[in-house]
Amino acid sequence: MATKLKEVDVVLVGFGLTGGIIAKELSGRGLKIVALERGVKRETNPDFAVPQIRDELRYAVRNDLMMDTARDTLTFRHRAADTALPMRRLGAFLPGEGVGGAGVHWNGATWRWLPNRDQRARSFYEQHFGKAFIPPDMPLQDWGITYDELAPYYEKFEYAFAVSGKAGNLKGQVQPGGNPFEPPRQRELPLPPLQDSLATELFGQAARNLGYHPFIVAAANASQAYTNPDGAKFGACQYCGHCERFGCEANAKGSPHIAVIPFALRDPNVELRTQSWVTKVNLDSAGKHARSVTYTDVATGEEYEQPAGMVILCAFALGNTHLMLLSGIGKPYDPKTGKGVVGKNYAYQVNGNVTLFFEDKVFNPFMGAGALASRIDDFHANEAFDNGRAGFIGGATIGGASSGGRPIGYRPVPPGTPRWGSDWKRATAKWYQRSMAISTSSSNMPNRYCYCDLDPTYRNAFGQPLMRLTYNFTENDFRTRDFMVQKAYEIGKSMNPTHITPPDLRHDDFSLLPYQTTHNTGGTIMGAERASSVVNTYLQSWDVANVFVVGASVFPHNSAYNPTGPVGALAYRTADIIKEKYLKRPGPLA
Amino acid sequence: MTKRVGRRNFLKHVAMVGTAAAVVPAPAAAPATPATTEAQQTASSVPVREGYTFLTVTEAAFVEAFVDALVPADELTPSGSDLGLATFIDRQLSGAWGKGDRLYRQGPWKQGAPGQGYQLPLTPAEFFRAGIDAVNRYSKETYGKEFDRLTSADKQKVLEGLDKSTIMLDRLSGKQFFDAAYQATMEGLFGDPIYGGNKNKAAWKMIGYPGVIAVHATNIVTYRNKQYAVPPVSIADLT
Repeated sequence: MATKLKEVDVVLVGFGLTGGIIAKELSGRGLKIVALERGVKRETNPDFAVPQIRDELRYAVRNDLMMDTARDTLTFRHRAADTALPMRRLGAFLPGEGVGGAGVHWNGATWRWLPNRDQRARSFYEQHFGKAFIPPDMPLQDWGITYDELAPYYEKFEYAFAVSGKAGNLKGQVQPGGNPFEPPRQRELPLPPLQDSLATELFGQAARNLGYHPFIVAAANASQAYTNPDGAKFGACQYCGHCERFGCEANAKGSPHIAVIPFALRDPNVELRTQSWVTKVNLDSAGKHARSVTYTDVATGEEYEQPAGMVILCAFALGNTHLMLLSGIGKPYDPKTGKGVVGKNYAYQVNGNVTLFFEDKVFNPFMGAGALASRIDDFHANEAFDNGRAGFIGGATIGGASSGGRPIGYRPVPPGTPRWGSDWKRATAKWYQRSMAISTSSSNMPNRYCYCDLDPTYRNAFGQPLMRLTYNFTENDFRTRDFMVQKAYEIGKSMNPTHITPPDLRHDDFSLLPYQTTHNTGGTIMGAERASSVVNTYLQSWDVANVFVVGASVFPHNSAYNPTGPVGALAYRTADIIKEKYLKRPGPLA
Repeated sequence: MTKRVGRRNFLKHVAMVGTAAAVVPAPAAAPATPATTEAQQTASSVPVREGYTFLTVTEAAFVEAFVDALVPADELTPSGSDLGLATFIDRQLSGAWGKGDRLYRQGPWKQGAPGQGYQLPLTPAEFFRAGIDAVNRYSKETYGKEFDRLTSADKQKVLEGLDKSTIMLDRLSGKQFFDAAYQATMEGLFGDPIYGGNKNKAAWKMIGYPGVIAVHATNIVTYRNKQYAVPPVSIADLT
C-alpha cells in the first residue's frame, strides 16, 4: 500500500526546464509546491567539473546523464502491421533524467517558431496552396494561439536563459546581421551573438554569394558573462566543444539548474523530491478531477501517494504522453478511426548533411559552442518560399556549425576511404582538421499513422506497460529532405572543396540508430477544439481541469527549428495563466 | 611489420613445458617498426601488458589480432594492442557496460527490422564472446586455423567479409558483431586513456585533438585556419 502524504497545492511531475520555470514562477505566493523528479540532483560542482566532464566515452557514448532504458523505455515499430520491440538502448534520441532534465545537456539553439507556418500551420498551407495540397493522412492543425500572445514569453525565456544572438526583426524592421525572416521581436537579445568560426564564416560567405540570408543562430550559450533578471550568474562560453550530452562547467549554458531552479527553491514552500518516479495521476471516480499522484522512491522502493490541488506534467515529451496514457486522462488516439487524441501527432525531425573536405583549411573542430552555427532560413521562414512548386509541406534550415568535434564520434574521411588500416589512419589524421559539414534540419509534419499508445507486451520496472511508438518517415519528409540536401550540396560545391560527399537521397525507414535528434514532439497536442486536441490553448487538459501538460508534447507538428524556445515560452505563459486565471477560479479555462 | 610471438602461442608454449601460465610474467611488447621518432618513443614507453579481466586466452588472442588489423603499427601510431585497445575492450566487457548496464533485458525476444535496434538477449560481454567464437569457428572451417593465426591477407578477407555481410556466421550476424567490435575499438582508440586505450594519447596526437583542456574562447579567433598544436591533456593528467 502506498503511504498517503499530506495534501499540497501543486505537484510538478519532472523538474527540468519546464518544471523549473513553473516552480520559479509560482513560488513566493504561499503555494505548497512539490516537485517530483525521477532522477538525482546535479550541480555544476562537482557534477560537471573538469576534467571528468570532458569524458566523451562516459557522457557522449554511454549517455551518463540520460534516462536509463533498463528501467523504462518505449517499444518501437515502423507501421501498425509490425510488432513493436523494445528500444533496448538509447540511440536516435536521448531523453534526460535528473534535476534540470535535458535542459542540462542541450546544445542551446533557441528559435521563435513561426507565426504562420508553425502556429497557424493548417490555415497557412490551406490559404496559400489550397486545401487539396494537404494530404488526407496529414492531420495538420493550428495551435489556437497567436504569435503575439506568445512573444512576451519568448522574451522572458531568452532573458532568463542567457540567449546570445542578433535580432533580425525589431518591431517589424529587418535588422542587418540577424535572420531577416524571423518573427518580430520587441527588444534585442540579452547577449551579442557567439564568436563565429571558420566553418560558420565559410558557410555564411557561400550562402550570401548565392543570394541567401545567413545569420548566426541565437544560442543559450552565454557569449559574455551575464546576470539574468532574477540574479542568476552565467559565465562566458569557452567554446569547449563538450556541450550537447554534457553539463557546462562554466555555467555558460542556459540550463534550468542555473537559470530558474535555485530561485524556485529559495521558497521554503517549494520542495524538491528526487528519485521520485511518478507512475500515475489518480482521478476521482467521475474521472474529471485529479486527486493525487502515486510515485515510487527509487532509492527505497517505497510507494507514496501525494494528494494535490493541481498536477502539472513537466516531463520530457515522451514521458508526458506516457503518463497521460497510464493515467487514463483523455481519450487514447486510434489511427483506424482517427478518433481519440492522446498519443496523436507524434513527430520528430528529418535531418540531412553533406561533408566538405578542404586540402588547404584548418577548422580546429574541437573548438565550438553547443549552438554555434550559421544557417539560412530562406526555405522555411521565408514566406515567399513556394511550397507548391517545391512539392512538400514544411521547410528546413540549412547551415554550417562548430559544435564540437569529439574524436570517438567525429572523424570524417572522404568517400572511398577504407574503414580501417593504415590508409584509413592517414586519411583520419589528415582530414580531421580539414573538414566541415553543411546540415539540413527539416520540419516533420504529422501523419495519421505516427502515434503513441501503450504496448500490449512489454513492461517497465514498475510493472506498467511501456509506451509504444509507431513512426516512420513519409513521402512528404523525403521530398523535403531531398530538396534541402541538394541545396546544401549546391552551397557546398560553390565553396570549391577538395572533396564533398554526395547528397544522400535514399528513402530508408526511420531507424533507432544512429543518433539523429532529441526533438521528439506531440502526443498531448494543444488546440482550440476539444475533439482534436489533448490540452486547450492554456495547456490545460480538456478532460481533467486540474491537470496541465507542459513541453514539446503539446506541439501539433514539429518545426524545422529546435523546440526549446517555444517549450520555454509556453511554460512561462502557462505559469502566468495559472497565476492570473486558474488559481483565481479553478476549473476549465476553455 | 615485425613478426612477434602471439600471446596465446607464448602461453601455450610455456604451459607445454610445465610452467603455470598464471605466474608467468607478461611478455614485453615487441616494438613495432615505427618510422618516426614520436612513434618510437610512444612504443618504447609501453613496457608491459596489463593482463585481462574477462577475455580468455583464446579470446584475448582474437581481440589483439582484431585491433592490430584495424589499427596497424605504422608511422602514425603503434599497433592497436600496443595502444591498449585489447585492454580497453576487456575492461569494458568485464565492467558495467559489458554486463548490460542500461540495457533493457526483458523478453519476449524477436529479431525485428534493423531500424528497431539491438534485440538479442545477450549482454555485450556475452555477445562479444559468442561473436569471437563464431568468427573463430568460421576461420577454422575455412582456413584450418583460428583468426589470430591467419596471414594478414586472410585476416583482411575475413574482416571484409564480415563488414560487407558476405560471411555468414552460425546463429548471429557477422556484420552486427563486426560493427560492435569496430565501435569498441574506436572507443578505445579515441577515448580518454583513463580507460586503458589510446596509450600516451597517441590517437589524439595523430589527429591533433588537444584533449580535456578546452578553454577556446580566444583560440577560436587566434587559431582561425591555423593549427592549434599543443600536447594533448587527458583526465589523468589533471587528477
